[in-house]
Amino acid sequence: MDALTWGRFQFGFLATYHYIFPQLTMGLALLIVVLKILALRKGDDAYNRAAQFWARIFAINFVVGVVTGIPLEFQFGTNWARFSTYSGGVIGLTLALEGLFAFFAESAFLGLFLFGEKRLSAKGHLFAAVMVFLGAWLSGYFIIATNAFMQYPVGYRMTSENTLQLADMWLYLFNPWAIWQYLHNMNASVVTASFVMSAVGAFYLLSNRFEKQGKIFLKVGVISGFISCVGLLFPTGDFHGKMVAKYQPAALAAMEGKFETGDKAELAIIGQPDVVNRRLENPIYVPYVLSYLAYGSFGAVVKGLNDFPEDEIPDNIELLYYAYHIMVGLGTIFILLMLISGIKLWRNTLFQSRAMLWILMCAFPFPYIANSMGWLVAELGRQPWLIYGLFRTSEGNSELVSGGNIAFSSLGFMGMYLVIGVLFLYLIGKVIAKGPEEAMIIGGGA
Amino acid sequence: METVWFFIIAAMLAVYVVLDGFDFGAGILHLFVAKNEGERRTVINAIGPFWDGNEVWLLAGGGVLVFAFPKAYAVGFSGFYLPLIMALWLLILRGISIEFRGLETNALWRSFWDGAFFFSSSLMAIILGAALGNVIRGVPIGETGYFSGPLFTDFRVSENPGVLDWYTVTVGVFALVVLTLHGALFLSYKTSGEVQKRSQSLCLPLWFVMVLVGVLTTIATAQVRPDLYRNLLGRPWTWVLAFGVIVSTVLIPLFVVRKRDLLAFLSSAGFIVCMLAATAAGLYPTMLTSTINREFDLTIHNAAAGPLSLKVGIIWWGIAIVLAVFYFVHLFRAFKGKVSPETDIYSH
Repeated sequence: MDALTWGRFQFGFLATYHYIFPQLTMGLALLIVVLKILALRKGDDAYNRAAQFWARIFAINFVVGVVTGIPLEFQFGTNWARFSTYSGGVIGLTLALEGLFAFFAESAFLGLFLFGEKRLSAKGHLFAAVMVFLGAWLSGYFIIATNAFMQYPVGYRMTSENTLQLADMWLYLFNPWAIWQYLHNMNASVVTASFVMSAVGAFYLLSNRFEKQGKIFLKVGVISGFISCVGLLFPTGDFHGKMVAKYQPAALAAMEGKFETGDKAELAIIGQPDVVNRRLENPIYVPYVLSYLAYGSFGAVVKGLNDFPEDEIPDNIELLYYAYHIMVGLGTIFILLMLISGIKLWRNTLFQSRAMLWILMCAFPFPYIANSMGWLVAELGRQPWLIYGLFRTSEGNSELVSGGNIAFSSLGFMGMYLVIGVLFLYLIGKVIAKGPEEAMIIGGGA
Repeated sequence: METVWFFIIAAMLAVYVVLDGFDFGAGILHLFVAKNEGERRTVINAIGPFWDGNEVWLLAGGGVLVFAFPKAYAVGFSGFYLPLIMALWLLILRGISIEFRGLETNALWRSFWDGAFFFSSSLMAIILGAALGNVIRGVPIGETGYFSGPLFTDFRVSENPGVLDWYTVTVGVFALVVLTLHGALFLSYKTSGEVQKRSQSLCLPLWFVMVLVGVLTTIATAQVRPDLYRNLLGRPWTWVLAFGVIVSTVLIPLFVVRKRDLLAFLSSAGFIVCMLAATAAGLYPTMLTSTINREFDLTIHNAAAGPLSLKVGIIWWGIAIVLAVFYFVHLFRAFKGKVSPETDIYSH
């Protein structure tokens, strides 16, 4: 592999691995605030202990999220120097704002939230939780606004030295693409947290331990899971998809495996793209639906990949197609799953339904898969551009950094992250095995 | 405007060194001043609520650098590719050591993370110093505007130097000593009992070593970059900084002897800030000097972002920094006072 390919691989690997952790912490931050509010209103200590339990899971995730996030800020400079020179004057704004507004709030209040429960009043502790939540969600916004500029560049001006400059700050910060991508992404992270919370709840009920807490986890997890799963599809997924159709038509065609241009375009539910012969094999189609979903009219023309110049279509159509279909397919299953669980919860039969509890317990990895696929779709769909329509990926890497250097650092990161992953799973497993009741004994023993 | 941003970044990095410096120092010293499990926990608890927030100053400083001087960020980060990646690994290792250590009671597990914490903290202190050394000495920026620094060559300061040469290693050792002393002063202030006693007894010897290495480093810098001192002499306002360096150097042992731990720690913070500020003032307006030809220097003028960015950035930065100072004051006040093993924040 050459330096560019290694560079793309490394960024993809680091970003995908990193995003395992913040998707849970961003969602959990919200659910912890919910638990803290319930604790205050109901005056029931079980909710407080539930919040403490998730705070411990949060803390371990947060640490790994922070340490795996630092390399990403460095990546722009180390591996993508020409891209940073070209666009740093614009995207630097959101990167700086993330550090200045989000990280400071998050880290300072996390210290207070985790270590300060005994030193703060109940309301003060809730305030710390809210600040951690705000910091985490703000941080997410700045990152997505940065990504949105790469997907749909607005608010910039070209200088005489052929670099980008900020021209309209508000347009840049409130890029319409950023808003839909953000809402879609945050829904997805609440889905992850809800599934994880439900899974732990189901685990406790199935193993007949900590049943009171298990029921709280299931209740909060299933309700927030249902709301966020629906939000994932509509409005956020729908509107985000329409933006892709409008501004990245080549990406849309690749996501759908559509080679021929046509009106009344059909939606492919299943099928395998054959890039060499430029067709979709073994497809199952639903007629008209793609035209409608993309452009709001059953007769709208959807442009196929054959009608784009070869150097303007994504360079990995198969992966993009499968990632997109896995994301959408899983999302649909999530809605059904949470709908059924929600009905059972409503009828008070969820806690006795062992089959449903088993399914909920085993379902938690799938939101992680769906979310990683979502990012793959966003990033592969943008190719061959680094900044859509403006700047190609092949122009962005650091000229003087060789493939060997990046190969070396990639291997180092992979080894390190493997060890961290094993330790992480072990420690999380330990916290879950210990259970929420033990959280009371802070200050005693080890 | 560029000038303002240059000093903003220098200030943020100085704050970073002062804050993360004390937890680096604690990491370097904890093997020596804390002998048993309770004492080790005391040291970890002393920095527990702070280290993560301290590190954020580096991230925020990096973010501001991309924003205000994208070219300097791109050139510097791609040029120092390997050393930066290794620094990242150390930062990762360090964060994990602090947080994972307390999650398991096994003695071997804890010893392992203690070792990892010491190793990563000491090496990071040296790396920070060596990085500063590189900025002072200059890097081989060529006609393309970029450079690629090998990790080391023959340890001589030449036109194409490695990242590590005799000069940058000297600055690295100096940083190691400065931050170790800084950590010892912090622990003297934050802890009690044996840990405090041992930390206090290290302060004066460390101070002597620091003055010695400091003088050597100053002489070395005059050899490598004489124009730095010419710049400083030509700018009378910078003499305040030189004066600050001398005063804080003298104050540290005076306060140590009188057991005024907080004041001694603050003097050390003042020493670090004055030292770094003087360096920044001496380099200004150059951000990265080219060892090949001064024409290729990266200055605040040819590396800065557009005027609108710099203008709106000031407002955002102003708001954010007021908030950040507020948070940090709040955080340090909430956890003020001495820590003991019973404070026990890592025992979930």
